[in-house]
Amino acid sequence: MQTKNIMIVGVGGQGTLLASKLLGRLLLDQGYDVKVSEVHGMSQRGGSVVTYVRYGDKVYSPVIDKGEADFIVSFELLEAARWLEFLRPDGRVITNTQQINPMPVITGAAEYPEDLVAKLAASGARVDAMDALALAGQAGSSRAVNLVLMGRLSRYFDLPEELWQQAIAKSVPEKFLELNRMAFHLGRNS
Amino acid sequence: MKTLMLGNEAVARGLYEAGCAVVSSYPATPSTEITEAAAKYPEIYAEWAPNEKVAMETAFGACLAGKRSFCGMKHVGLNVAADPLFTIAYTGVNAGMIIGVADDAGMHSSQNEQDSRHYARAAKLPMLEPADSGEALAFTKLAYELSERFDTPVLLKMCTRVSHSQSVVETGERAEPAPVPYEKKPAKYIMMPGYAKLRHPVVEERLAALAEYAETTPLNRVEAGSDRKIGIITSSTSYQYVKEVCGDKYPVLKLGMIWPMPDQKIKEFAASVDLLTVVEELDGFIEDHCRALGLALAGKDYFSPIGELSQNLVAEKLGAVPDSGKALEENIPARPPVMCAGCPHRGLFYTLNKLKLTVLGDIGCYTLGAVPPLAAIDSTICMGASVSGIHGFLKASGGERDGKTVAVIGDSTFMHSGITGLVNIAYNESNATVIILDNSITGMTGHQQNPTTGFNLKGDPCTKIDLESLCRAVGIRRVRVVDPYDLGQCETAIREELAVGEASVIISRRPCALLKYVKHKAPLVVDTAKCVGCKACMKIGCPAISVRDGKAGVDATLCVGCGVCQQLCRFDALQAPQEV
Repeated sequence: MQTKNIMIVGVGGQGTLLASKLLGRLLLDQGYDVKVSEVHGMSQRGGSVVTYVRYGDKVYSPVIDKGEADFIVSFELLEAARWLEFLRPDGRVITNTQQINPMPVITGAAEYPEDLVAKLAASGARVDAMDALALAGQAGSSRAVNLVLMGRLSRYFDLPEELWQQAIAKSVPEKFLELNRMAFHLGRNS
Repeated sequence: MKTLMLGNEAVARGLYEAGCAVVSSYPATPSTEITEAAAKYPEIYAEWAPNEKVAMETAFGACLAGKRSFCGMKHVGLNVAADPLFTIAYTGVNAGMIIGVADDAGMHSSQNEQDSRHYARAAKLPMLEPADSGEALAFTKLAYELSERFDTPVLLKMCTRVSHSQSVVETGERAEPAPVPYEKKPAKYIMMPGYAKLRHPVVEERLAALAEYAETTPLNRVEAGSDRKIGIITSSTSYQYVKEVCGDKYPVLKLGMIWPMPDQKIKEFAASVDLLTVVEELDGFIEDHCRALGLALAGKDYFSPIGELSQNLVAEKLGAVPDSGKALEENIPARPPVMCAGCPHRGLFYTLNKLKLTVLGDIGCYTLGAVPPLAAIDSTICMGASVSGIHGFLKASGGERDGKTVAVIGDSTFMHSGITGLVNIAYNESNATVIILDNSITGMTGHQQNPTTGFNLKGDPCTKIDLESLCRAVGIRRVRVVDPYDLGQCETAIREELAVGEASVIISRRPCALLKYVKHKAPLVVDTAKCVGCKACMKIGCPAISVRDGKAGVDATLCVGCGVCQQLCRFDALQAPQEV
């Protein structure tokens, strides 16, 4: 099997690392070779962050390069736009429609681009945009955006929800398990 | 058991399985998680040392006592520990000792992208370089065997992409090597000239023996290819990129032991291919060695010494077709890292900017005080350089810059190497004002304890170094504490200390807003009837505040109610919720 590539992008502090941990766990359990590349340190402080998840029979590079991502899962709309060049021509963008202003926008040095969902779609990418923040709120916490988006991603995998839920149980502390299960379920089925 | 581990966690697992007993490190991206993961094994004594030199000397002491030891650091940390490194190379070890060093090509979280492989050559020490987590675990265990067999500390060289990538590892059981008895051996361990002269030949002989080992070890392996037009020598992540692009097309000599290199093996490999190519990140380290062997090759003339490589870069240079994507034709604003909402550093940097001071900065989260709109820092070099630097800056200025210049340094960085600079200020008498940004934790690397926090690496209560007493003890008479959430207090203290004509320390004290025990207040709300849209609240660069349609807005998911912005609003428009 050719190596598959999933990029998880967002803003430092949004919980992208938990999403990649969950994916890594799930894919390893399916018998794939897996590599997950993370970013730690300075760029976590509210900066643009990216995590690479790769799986297949044999994975070499730990990173995903331009034009290689089968999926870009974005926790924030502008970040989906920023990383679009990494998408394969037939890849899919799953993005939260939440907007978080970066500092140049906050200070007025730049504008947050308008109509990004439409522009992403017009570029030829397949786009699945959703208000993950609202669904996370429904599940019980705005911090569960990560599991809502994993739920949406799971629609495109030929794996029963039960396997995903098992991987969630292995990746999430007990006291947050119900919240995360619900967030995943809402993302998958809404 | 098969499991996914970060490269750093795999090193820690290797330490555990090899029976390592003592780990001493200073936290630094990308090496931090080695020591954090090691601390989770109850069989390993693990600690945060105040700096890398102390960590390395602690690890040496532990190996001298007969137990396997480890110290971990980032590339620039090895500079700090270079002094013991070059002499431990002479003494050798008693039980095994590993020095872990993680480079940061691409400078994801560093101030330079030096190539640590040069240290192996300069100190004449063996260096192993794993390419993924599986190798990180296996090489760590092997490094102890080599350390004891060749009587040498062994450098284990990581990099961001190996340290911070998870890949599959097979874990094993812990071995408990018998402690090596300590014996007094003056000629081996006392490096005064008479004995050191006797040890240098031992170092050279050991290096020759290691070079022989390099020829036969499976660490250095040739992978056959179908097309001998190109043959590639590579290591670490560069190996992964090469395999990603070429698969089994070209023969590859993968070096797992990067120093000393297997000269014969390299020559034979070169002779078996048409064009020898070296693919390596940063400097042409392998390349220079091959050229010294008289080999013609393609290397840094194709692959830049700047930044990271990637599969597309390697594909392009090796004549394969790189993947390419389509960027959005849109001006995408950058999203640089910023100080968090509620960060205690913000109020202090706002004040420094307001007073238009020259600020010598240091290494930590607060380096972000350099970014607009705070833009309050003039220089950042390395750990501790603010405190030493201001002394020289003032000495050179003959009093002209006294009262206009401050140094800023975090609590952990101050303990790392700021204290020696402060001793110099006291001893050689400059009128420096040093501001210690005490957020009660090592922030940037992800909340590690340090000597001023009162807790050790395992989270247990321990001796807490008192910063005020410490500063007074080295001879600073003027030491005062301010709350950086109180802008008036900050400004008064800074103005007063700059005016006194003697050295002073201001401790700006408030815990990091991300610490779990810190209680946040309710998010502020904007009274839009009062807000005139003057943007005064925007001067502190808080990510929770924005102005839209002429009115300020507060992001309730980010705001922690610190109240710094309230002090800037002349119209009382920013309020705690109950006041509205």
